[in-house]
Amino acid sequence: MPRELLKGNEAMAEAAIRVGLEAYFGYPITPQTEILEWMSRRMPELGRVFVQAESELGAVNMVYGAACTGARVMSSSSSPGVSLMMEGLSYIAGTELPVVLIDIMRGGPGLGNIAPSQGDYNQMVHGGGHGDYHPIVLAPATVQEAVDLTVEAFDLAEKYRNLVFVVADGNVGQIMEPAELPAMREVKRATPEWALTGAEGRERRFLSSIYIDPVYEEVTNKRLQERWLEIQQNEVRYREYYLEDADLVVIGFGTAGRIALTAVRAARAEGIRAGLLRPVALSPYPYAAIDELAKRASAFLVVEMNAGQMLEDVQRAVAGRVPVDFYGRMGGMVPFPDEILDEIRRVAREPRAQADPRVAWLKRLEKVLPH
Amino acid sequence: MQTEIIIAGFGGQGVLFAGELLAYAGMDAGRVVTWIPSYGPEMRGGTANCTVIIADEEIGSPLVRNPQAVIAMNLPSLEKYEPLVRPGGVLAVNASMANRTAVRTDITSVGLPANEMAESLGNRRLTNMIMLGALLARLPVLSLESIEQAMAAHLPERHRKLLPDNYKALRQGAAAVS
Amino acid sequence: MAATEQLVYERPHSLSETPNSYCPGCTHGVAHHLIAEVLDEMNLRERTIGVAPVGCSVFAYNYFNMDFAEAAHGRAPAMATGLKRLQPGRIVFTYQGDGDLASIGMGEIVHAAGRGELITVIFINNANYGMTGGQMAPTTLPGQKTTSSPYGRDVETAGYPIRMAELLATLEGAAYVVRRSLHDPKNIRLAKKALHTAFEAQVRGLGFSMVELLSTCPTNWGLTPLEALKWLEQNMLPAFPLGDYKVSPSLAGTRP
Ligand SMILES: Cc1ncc(C[n+]2csc(CCOP(=O)(O)OP(=O)(O)O)c2C)c(N)n1
Ligand code: SF4
Repeated sequence: MPRELLKGNEAMAEAAIRVGLEAYFGYPITPQTEILEWMSRRMPELGRVFVQAESELGAVNMVYGAACTGARVMSSSSSPGVSLMMEGLSYIAGTELPVVLIDIMRGGPGLGNIAPSQGDYNQMVHGGGHGDYHPIVLAPATVQEAVDLTVEAFDLAEKYRNLVFVVADGNVGQIMEPAELPAMREVKRATPEWALTGAEGRERRFLSSIYIDPVYEEVTNKRLQERWLEIQQNEVRYREYYLEDADLVVIGFGTAGRIALTAVRAARAEGIRAGLLRPVALSPYPYAAIDELAKRASAFLVVEMNAGQMLEDVQRAVAGRVPVDFYGRMGGMVPFPDEILDEIRRVAREPRAQADPRVAWLKRLEKVLPH
Repeated sequence: MQTEIIIAGFGGQGVLFAGELLAYAGMDAGRVVTWIPSYGPEMRGGTANCTVIIADEEIGSPLVRNPQAVIAMNLPSLEKYEPLVRPGGVLAVNASMANRTAVRTDITSVGLPANEMAESLGNRRLTNMIMLGALLARLPVLSLESIEQAMAAHLPERHRKLLPDNYKALRQGAAAVS
Repeated sequence: MAATEQLVYERPHSLSETPNSYCPGCTHGVAHHLIAEVLDEMNLRERTIGVAPVGCSVFAYNYFNMDFAEAAHGRAPAMATGLKRLQPGRIVFTYQGDGDLASIGMGEIVHAAGRGELITVIFINNANYGMTGGQMAPTTLPGQKTTSSPYGRDVETAGYPIRMAELLATLEGAAYVVRRSLHDPKNIRLAKKALHTAFEAQVRGLGFSMVELLSTCPTNWGLTPLEALKWLEQNMLPAFPLGDYKVSPSLAGTRP
């Protein structure tokens, strides 16, 4: 396949189509509406299923039903819409169905705005719906990654009968970059032994998330947790930049990770031994890699487009051995590389141990924000 | 090494398209590129801008505070971006839509009446190509030929007949500031 | 002041000074104006609480000069229920688009009407989703092209338009449910009368009231404001007949 100049949202939609997406259900919401619009044009053209649902609640439950057939199905939305889907996502997790959901995150909480944000980290990574379940969460930073991770999302969902979320901020959805799409593949309906296809000539099956006897609910939970252990073993993904000799480790995902890369390069040019770890999977999280880095680096700086949601996972891995500092922009604001460079310089100058780096960060932010 | 270019103006001035062309030409030349628009309700009849980066290695931030080059298609864009151009950078101003010229002396700035030039070519919508030509005359990041080739390669079939006029606009923009 | 001087236009007190940001020729502005005039005439401004939707009128709270809340997408009737139950002496109204009311908010609107909630709903039917860039709405006409029905609304896969006034009129809790249009001066006058009656129904505690207003979205329809008014008249009127679908007998003779 030749490389084409592709917009993030459209590239993800087309990638899903090419690897055999059979049905898409969604509801308009900026900044992901291009995915829905792309699907509305391409899916009927290919004789596949496209439904604009009455709401995200409708969409996620249509996906729930469609996934019961064993078909490749997905939805996409943005933060407020994903909040609305949480009930259905918990049901899908409880029923152990493979489902892919793309979340193009925007500024919040509440109606917020449509600017790029990473405010859904906790909602996507650490649950959001009720009960104990762990989705796989992939966080592309470039259009090529968005394509590749969308493709992988389906494979992972089917391999583990698990929810897979592809989370990106609005920038990844709107950016255009050269990327290579997968080749168009035939739709191959897998017929797993659990799929509801009508009990013709076989025992009847049922799919449900109800285990009214807690004993069996516990058995199910144990199965989910064991699967999660397996996922943690196999599916950690991250990118490393200039980490071989790094003394100061910057950690950021998605767009914040990209921006940090520019800042890290500039810091290197000034002689600061900075490096970047960019988690590509947010769940499972690269705890082990960070644990290793904590043994040789003298400070960490976490950069996010939220108030430090991933920060807490980094702190968990570093476990107080070296200072972990933080810089974030919130509510749809995107940091420029020079802001992060300033932070890298500051941390390099005086790596200080603070129990909660957010206290000082909020003070520093006062200088940036309008009064 | 990377070159960052911001193209800014009103919606409808072809700002996003001019940026796309740069990105296509960069991609076809084997460079690493990103193109990112400002998006949102501000786009409805308001201002529009995009940032294009052309580089030789993986691009970090797709957004920059201080770009190497700016095309300001109107006065608000001139006001906003003139102070932000990196020292030594290039600023191209559409003089038809700005009642002043650039004041900074530590950058290369050019001004040209792109609206009138486009009108004399018979099509107001060529303003963006005239400005792009002017910029590239002073910012040797891509050749005019590479832009022309990108246009020929990526313009949808139904717009093919506009190619000669677009070429002419690019050339006239470049000539006006050379 | 000279006795001969006559004030021909005055901004209704129920509208704020903030100029609205609707597209040129969009009838959202007309609807705002009518509501404000009616609330002025009924002397209700200071007693009224509005609930804004998610849609192009998301900023309605800026344009109306009265207390206002902003609901989640589709949930305005539920929010209004909460407001009204705790402030039974206040006049509570929602202002909602067709995506907001007839799609994501279908549950809330039906149950508010079913409960006979003492609120007034102004329902703007412009046959698409304005704010998000012109996608298909439940009110989109068969065959109508939108950005999410690029081949035209296919009734086989996307179903038929939902007629909200007719649907809600079947509920006993509804006291006043009518459809009007904003496409010409005569119909605008009729729409204003209906708004008056709808608020009157609430003041008198008769039950749920809704005025559906056929509206234009020139921007996403890709038409000039004038063409859009024509398009509404020619295409929407046959699909969404104007009329009184439910009028509580107690309202007989209350028309101003
Ligand atoms: C839960 C949720 N889903 C989707 C959206 C995105 N959204 C904002 S406005 C809108 C539709 C507005 O259309 P309509 O109600 O017809 O009003 P109009 O803009 O046409 O006046 C949608 C889908 C949202 N804000 N929240
Ligand atoms: S998009 Fe449509 S409904 Fe929204 S303000 Fe513009 S014309 Fe009105």
